[in-house]
Amino acid sequence: MKIEEKLALNAFKNDKESHIRIHQDICRKKCKIRYCLYVCPGHLYSFNEDTNEMVVEFAGCLECGTCKVACKEGAIEWVYPKGDYGVQYRYG
Amino acid sequence: MEKIDVVIVGGGLAGLSCAYALASSGMQVIVLERGDFPGSKNVTGGRLYLLPIKKFIGDMLDGAPFERKVVRERWSLLGNTNSLTIDFTSQTFRKENHSYTILRSSFDRWLSEKLMEKGIFVIPKYRVDDLLWENGTVVGIKAGNEEIYAHVVVAADGALSFIAEKAGLKPAMASHNYAVGIKEIIELPESIINDRFNIESDQGCAHLFIGDVTKGMFGGGFLYTNKKSISLGIVVGIQALMERAPSIEAYTLLDSFKERYEIKRLIEGGVISEYSAHLIPEAGFSGLSKLFGNGILVIGDAAGFALNMGITVRGMEFAIASGIIAAETIIKAKEMNDFSHNSLSIYEQKLKETFVIKDLYTYKNIRAFLDNNDIFSLYPKTLPDLVEKIMWFGEEEKKRISKTLWNSLKSSNILNFKRLKHFYSIKDI
Repeated sequence: MKIEEKLALNAFKNDKESHIRIHQDICRKKCKIRYCLYVCPGHLYSFNEDTNEMVVEFAGCLECGTCKVACKEGAIEWVYPKGDYGVQYRYG
Repeated sequence: MEKIDVVIVGGGLAGLSCAYALASSGMQVIVLERGDFPGSKNVTGGRLYLLPIKKFIGDMLDGAPFERKVVRERWSLLGNTNSLTIDFTSQTFRKENHSYTILRSSFDRWLSEKLMEKGIFVIPKYRVDDLLWENGTVVGIKAGNEEIYAHVVVAADGALSFIAEKAGLKPAMASHNYAVGIKEIIELPESIINDRFNIESDQGCAHLFIGDVTKGMFGGGFLYTNKKSISLGIVVGIQALMERAPSIEAYTLLDSFKERYEIKRLIEGGVISEYSAHLIPEAGFSGLSKLFGNGILVIGDAAGFALNMGITVRGMEFAIASGIIAAETIIKAKEMNDFSHNSLSIYEQKLKETFVIKDLYTYKNIRAFLDNNDIFSLYPKTLPDLVEKIMWFGEEEKKRISKTLWNSLKSSNILNFKRLKHFYSIKDI
């Protein structure tokens, strides 16, 4: 099963506003390795070469915070989604 | 401004247990939970050991929605193409209420409902944004435009604890000190689970895997049987993921694990019904936060109360016990009407007399011991390889087993000085 299909099994309540803010200037200037691309269990990060921007599909966020811990440069500003939003685990 | 007695931030097992132990004190207690209901943001491997918390919990878990009682313990060393498994069961484990698999969404929700019957307010969909301070003392919380003042704020907001961080109690989150758990819930009929794991209804199996499952990185795999589902997942150190060359996308580890011969048949025909991930504190004793401050206590994962013992991983019983001991501390503080740093320091003293800090201290060297790539690659590969050689009867004449053993150990380089020294350090754990 593809990762997108796995995420689609979960119950998400999505906010319009992202709870993850990426400081693109730090990504561009400081980060060489881009750990966020492969540590995220939801595979939600991708780098858009055209716009030279790191993109995160925050709507599928599992709220583990791994990207925040792995981002050594501090480019990822991560808070929990507002109350009433985000993933709602039915099994956990 | 009017103050209530206690605001607990986070409706996980730590926060809910704390509230439960405060329920009969007559104090005003509010639990704030950011999810739709307590449990909706929580994930476990996992299982809960009951005996360590027995003397703390009273009737708290009477009638709890346990999944299965673990009566079968398995550990597997996974090589690239082979594996070696220990399968343990015992009459004692079958008879005693030793450990149970649980699912947090239903478990925590059930506990929160029990709390509400006791008159505790549990407010869901409520994200706490900040702390309120007065003269260096925490005096409440802020959520959006709302403020709630309290004598004590309890940080029970999990491994990422923003509250303990804002209170200046939490050490900076180093990638080395955390792992990520990634899990699928795979539904199967109860009778099929019973047959595949050689257990009866209500009996369960806990199975840990080490080696190829994390491609040599710090971590392992886990499988726990629930009533009508299997919790299957991997845990991998975040630093290990970051350092691995070539890099591996974390989510693919679980997919490769499921493709293993050892797993494939166990989950065949199962329906995946949820995909989850959660952070796990891995630093043990040396990674604990400061546990108290003026007007604030830190409990559960927020404090770093989790212990990877290699043979098993513990967290939930630490959460429950620390929550209850925090409650006892708050009751004392209320009697003295003193919620200062000094008064709340009883919390740490009390924890030191219990398994929470005692066990973490006893195993204080385990993280350093596990910080060795051989444990996750060489050893899990070498032992199944050895068994493969011993059990293989080929066309050529069979060599003496002792010779096979010696040659294998020698060629695997397991017996060099550095490795023997590492083995010898087992005495420290």
